[in-house]
Amino acid sequence: MRPEQLLLPTPAGLYCALGGFHIDPTRPVDKAVITHGHSDHARPGHGSVLATQETLDLMALRYGNRFAGRVQAARYGESLNLGGATVTLHPAGHVLGSAQVAVSHDGLRIVASGDYKDVADPTCAPFEPVACDVFITEATFGLPVFRHGNPDGEIAKLLRSVALFPERAHLVGAYSLGKAQRVIALIRKGGYAPPIYLHGALASITRYYQDCGIALGELRAARDADKAQLAGAIVLCPPSALNELWSRRFPDPVTAFASGWMRVRARARQRGIALPLVISDHADWDGLTATIAATGAAEVWVTHGQEDGLVRFCELRGLKARPLALVGYGEEEDTQDAQDTESAGERGEPA
Amino acid sequence: MNRFAELLDRLGYEPGRNNKLRLMTEYFRSVADPDRGWALAALTGALTFQHAKPGIIRALVAARTDETLFGLSYDYVGDLSETVALMWPTPQRPADPATAAPALSTVIRTLATLGKSELPAQLARWLDQLDETGRWALLKLVTGALRIGVSARLAKTAVAALGSTDAHDIELIWPGLAPPYEELFAWLEGRAEKPANRDPVPFRPAMLAHAIDDGELAGLDPADFMAEWKWDGIRVQAVAARGADGGGPARLYSRTGEDISASFPDLMDATRFAGAIDGELLVVRAGRVQSFNVLQQRLNRKTVNAKLLAEFPVHLRAYDLLVEGEEDLRTRPFAERRARLEDFVRRLDEPRIDLSPLVPIATWEALAAARADPSLAGADADAVEGIMLKRRDAPYLPGRPKGPWWKWKRDPFMVDAVLMYAQRGHGKRSSYYSDYTFGVWTKTEQGDELVPVGKAYFGFTDQELIEIDRYVRRNTVDRFGPVREVTHEADQGLVLEVAFEGLQRSTRHKSGLAMRFPRINRLRWDKPPKEADRLETLEHILTRIEAGRGAPAAGAQSV
Repeated sequence: MRPEQLLLPTPAGLYCALGGFHIDPTRPVDKAVITHGHSDHARPGHGSVLATQETLDLMALRYGNRFAGRVQAARYGESLNLGGATVTLHPAGHVLGSAQVAVSHDGLRIVASGDYKDVADPTCAPFEPVACDVFITEATFGLPVFRHGNPDGEIAKLLRSVALFPERAHLVGAYSLGKAQRVIALIRKGGYAPPIYLHGALASITRYYQDCGIALGELRAARDADKAQLAGAIVLCPPSALNELWSRRFPDPVTAFASGWMRVRARARQRGIALPLVISDHADWDGLTATIAATGAAEVWVTHGQEDGLVRFCELRGLKARPLALVGYGEEEDTQDAQDTESAGERGEPA
Repeated sequence: MNRFAELLDRLGYEPGRNNKLRLMTEYFRSVADPDRGWALAALTGALTFQHAKPGIIRALVAARTDETLFGLSYDYVGDLSETVALMWPTPQRPADPATAAPALSTVIRTLATLGKSELPAQLARWLDQLDETGRWALLKLVTGALRIGVSARLAKTAVAALGSTDAHDIELIWPGLAPPYEELFAWLEGRAEKPANRDPVPFRPAMLAHAIDDGELAGLDPADFMAEWKWDGIRVQAVAARGADGGGPARLYSRTGEDISASFPDLMDATRFAGAIDGELLVVRAGRVQSFNVLQQRLNRKTVNAKLLAEFPVHLRAYDLLVEGEEDLRTRPFAERRARLEDFVRRLDEPRIDLSPLVPIATWEALAAARADPSLAGADADAVEGIMLKRRDAPYLPGRPKGPWWKWKRDPFMVDAVLMYAQRGHGKRSSYYSDYTFGVWTKTEQGDELVPVGKAYFGFTDQELIEIDRYVRRNTVDRFGPVREVTHEADQGLVLEVAFEGLQRSTRHKSGLAMRFPRINRLRWDKPPKEADRLETLEHILTRIEAGRGAPAAGAQSV
């Protein structure tokens, strides 16, 4: 069996004809297997959805309980038979509930990574490399300039700034699912105990993380605090809120943004960020290339991001590689222009 | 090196002046000698090692990375030093960057003595030892491309905050100091006496004027004042301790005390006197003072070649005499200093140094007429920015005391233009659309269209900013990243009255024109865009400027 017979790139996403399902479909389909809860991967309106319980819960939080006709929860490592194809989910280390999807049939195994990172994250299960014949990897940071370094060092930078400017509020832009909660956990790990303030758009997902037993310390709604109280405070918000009317309520804010994109100065400058924090929920170049090697795959398909860089890497290693040119993933990041309301920011999730 | 790299990194992103000061002061407070002194030298441009050419860095990275991957990365990042800093392959995870990293002082001292052929290998060793930010700072440092939006003056202000002093005091002793400035830090931290300025040609803090308008003028007595032209050049202080043979030191300082001698060797050759002259640096061709547009072409050049010297010869137009020989005149009244200056310049008999002539004050009305039509001043009217009023009895005081000196500027040019694009500002204004691109009408094949003629980001009040911001958000027709295109039709749009100081031809702008110092003078909510000005109006002003007839007649508010 050729790999394309098992898993075929189509305009709606990767399609398994044998099992009749799509992985992370970008348009409504009959059966969907969903890797994680970010809105470019997890969309509403499918006939049925198979995902981890956390991903299903997060989709229900965002889209309401009727986001799909039927849902089925799968545990990591649980083997499921879908029309002759065997499907298993494996931790992707990206956000809470995120999974890689392994599809096997007749001795051939393809792993679709979804989004992943191979570094420690106190808010989700650690990434596990899965041996396979074909590895479908994301490539958000698929250039050798993207090396994210140690997130604790970035948090230390933030905390030094808070100490140096005690009369200013530090606004930290962070995607509402995953990044925000990880940043809070990292700040706590860095020894910062005072309450952390949240933009309204982060409230429900963060509460869900806490309900799952992830310790985040005392959190307060920024809405309920007065300006004086916010001097010296750390406030998390969706990135789009940083330059918007909402930010005017804070005393002389220092705008920070926690994202892998902050590695590149021009990116930070374009957004008017004064304190870029290189903290990413995607694997960096070293992580992507190490993972490709760890899967033992002889063939690599590269999707959403800097495909050219990773394809070149595979060529240099003598691996068969091709870009998939799937569209619809990770696009909100570039086109994002904030709305003028507090509800802004529930859109782009990548990075 | 790591602390310095972190400082540079943070300064590069921080838009606010006061916040930059805090970051630098904190650095100088927490970093020990001699590293902080070398950092101060880097920030004030006092380092003198030979800069590395980008070719060296390109070759280093080419030997260690795949060409295709480098090409993709460079395209993405857009800056050579940054690309190399980010993708530099670290063979193994370095032991611990914090301890392995070279100290800033080691780097700078090594660079000062290193032979050219040894540089690439040394750079590679350092790059191996540093992290991403450290590598970036190192490469910016060795290529001489720090550009982090900090002036030498600002860095000195930050250092001054270590003690209870200000940048003036630092400026006064600066010429006698050398990196790594250990005696300076010792004094600021109260561990030693103030370093003496052993410099025979020190800077003396400049005296500055407040702006005055016609109304305030009425309350003053013309008999108390002397008037002279306010020349549109750059304010300088020429200090020398030279005999007639031309031996002895001489220096040219900017208004803030930066040593700018190296940029003006032609004027330095003419600075053969013993004393300190406060004056204006101007380009003079065939006896005529040229406009600021012309002078600008001489400024900010890294190298001053013979062609530049010949095309843009600079002169010093003297306003004041602060020191004559050994005698400090600053406590003397202006009228006395002026008489001494006239005598001094006459005896000097130096073609490149002349006297700024006095303008007679019969009445304020007569002076207003002269201000409106400075051709009375002779052929140099287009280099006149307005009139300076100085009290006859005023000593020369540092800073900007209110009362003794007034500047009375000429009316600006005005044009009614239409708001076309708005961009978010920086720092405190990052949530406001505060940078405005405006245009005027011009005829095209498709009929009348607006062509952008300038960009302004000040001149309006805080309240007006809120109003324009709201207008922009409600009338956006398109978005390009941080920029919004705003409705600009014949019947719909916002007319801005724009004030500006001059015009020059420019190939960088579609309109072929560039405005000097444009600002928003007034919001014309009442005016339909179709009644805004046309490009022909601006071209007419430019023609008049080029013909040497400057600003509009007195009282003209619009052209």
